[in-house]
Amino acid sequence: MNVIETDKLTKCFGTFTAVDHISFTVGEGEIFGFLGANGAGKTTAMRMLCGLSTPTSGTGKVAGFDIYKETEQIKRHIGYMSQKFSLYGDLKVWENIRLYGGIYGLSEKQLKAKTDELLRVLDLENERNTLVDALPLGWKQKLAFSVAIIHEPRIVFLDEPTGGVDPVTRRQFWELIYQAAERGITVFVTTHYMDEAEYCNRVSIMVDGKIEALDSPSALKSSFKAGNMNEVFHALARGARRVDN
Amino acid sequence: MRMLKYLLEKEFKQIKRDRFLPRIIFLLPVIQLVILPFAANFEMRNINLSIVDNDHTVLSRRLTDKVLSSGYFRLADVSPRYDEALVSIESNAADIILEIPSRFEERLGREGTAELLIAANAVNGTKGGIGSSYLASIIQDFNQEKSLSPISAQEGGIRVTNLFNPHLNYKNYMVPGIMAFLLTLIGGFLSALNIVSEKEKGTIEQINVTPVPKALFLLSKLIPFWVIGLILLTIGACIAWLVYGLLPVGNMGIIYLFAAVYLMAFTGFGLAISSVSSTQQQAMFTAFFFMIIFVLLSGMFTPVSSMPVWAQELTRVNPLRYLVEVMRMVYLKGSTLSDLTGHFIAVCLFALFFNVLAIVSYKKR
Repeated sequence: MNVIETDKLTKCFGTFTAVDHISFTVGEGEIFGFLGANGAGKTTAMRMLCGLSTPTSGTGKVAGFDIYKETEQIKRHIGYMSQKFSLYGDLKVWENIRLYGGIYGLSEKQLKAKTDELLRVLDLENERNTLVDALPLGWKQKLAFSVAIIHEPRIVFLDEPTGGVDPVTRRQFWELIYQAAERGITVFVTTHYMDEAEYCNRVSIMVDGKIEALDSPSALKSSFKAGNMNEVFHALARGARRVDN
Repeated sequence: MRMLKYLLEKEFKQIKRDRFLPRIIFLLPVIQLVILPFAANFEMRNINLSIVDNDHTVLSRRLTDKVLSSGYFRLADVSPRYDEALVSIESNAADIILEIPSRFEERLGREGTAELLIAANAVNGTKGGIGSSYLASIIQDFNQEKSLSPISAQEGGIRVTNLFNPHLNYKNYMVPGIMAFLLTLIGGFLSALNIVSEKEKGTIEQINVTPVPKALFLLSKLIPFWVIGLILLTIGACIAWLVYGLLPVGNMGIIYLFAAVYLMAFTGFGLAISSVSSTQQQAMFTAFFFMIIFVLLSGMFTPVSSMPVWAQELTRVNPLRYLVEVMRMVYLKGSTLSDLTGHFIAVCLFALFFNVLAIVSYKKR
């Protein structure tokens, strides 16, 4: 069963076509890597799927809901972690968990249980009363991810979740992603790191607003006769005309 | 509704942890109410007077003393001739010239009438105008005291009684106005900066992907400023009482009722600005732009009735004007709710308008 379906999804800003007729599907429980150089249109495409941006044309469904008309229903069934860190830095760790848990309708009892569980899994029990601003970046990102899936959504969208994070923490972060996928949460993730692309079930590579390749990492490597995902990416991105920014 | 509880918890914790807000909430009313009423002073003092006394009699001396002892005037110089006094006006040393003609005492005694010349520097129109009318009334007083003059009997008759503020104490007039201004500042500025700061930090994006309805999110922003505004009003009313001995002649409940609705209106105004701005700088500047217009067109400093007709029409769409009037009417005149029905409807309409505007302009996508 597909939890994301798009058909010729397009977004223009004036005369600039940020996302150009992309069509793809993502199945339930999949870890889907959404790759592309800076400015390729990844974030714009993701924002349309999350109901944060209205498409210019094309159709799309997320968790079975229309991305034009049913954005509020979509929001009940997805989690989202943006490129920019977006928990409240002036709230404590437990207060952020409580806020988002509360927004998604968890009861006081569930909130308490969930907070304890989360802090234990993240090994943040000693930081319960720390202001989020005071946490190291890697810890913040892990916390943000856990908060994004606090309501056990059907899909979680992660926009460059490991940007600027050290390799050890990145590794731990991907362990959290695998744990979520095992529970049946579909993961839609954008990244710059090609080693992370290898962890995905399938990846798509965007160049200049279009999806140029979409398959499992091993199938892509063999069709591009490449030793790793890095070479696949370079073979495709070489033709890109949009430069950074 | 449960969502609102969590959102409000968040807002109050953030305000409490803010290094700046709790202090400003306390300091703002104290500073504005203790300092401003003295500075925003309509009474003219220290008017520099140049006297040209051509008479040199006991009577002319007595007139001079009376003028100077009134406390409003300061003797800049005594000039032998009018031209010389004019020089001190030109050099800004004097604001007003009082010329006493020669044979002043003699003519007053014999003919019962004498002319004095008052010439005012009207570069500062208020100072010149008010100064010469003070001077004229002091001279009239002097005239009446000297009951030997038949003039007083002829002139007599005019007696002025000032209702509601018998001693024309400008502080009684300014303090309720400044309290209205305080509510405007809190409602307008703090809320204008709030949503946009979440935009700058990026936290609003996380809220926008949750199922929080936008009206509820705005409500969670409105309620804290509403509470703060009412606390501020209470502090303000205490200062008015302790420092100026000013208690409302009317019912304090009416003031709270109006403040409650007015705060909703102005917080809605601030939130609307915040929704359309993308940086705090933009929001601040936009809020400031409107705030100046609202203040100058409110009748707080200058009476609405002396504005040109088009400006008077503009004050009708200024929420601050209604609150300033209500504050003064309840504080000084003791107006009741039935006297203020029109004002109440107006303030309610503003609250509705600005909050609908805020909801419409806040985009979740």
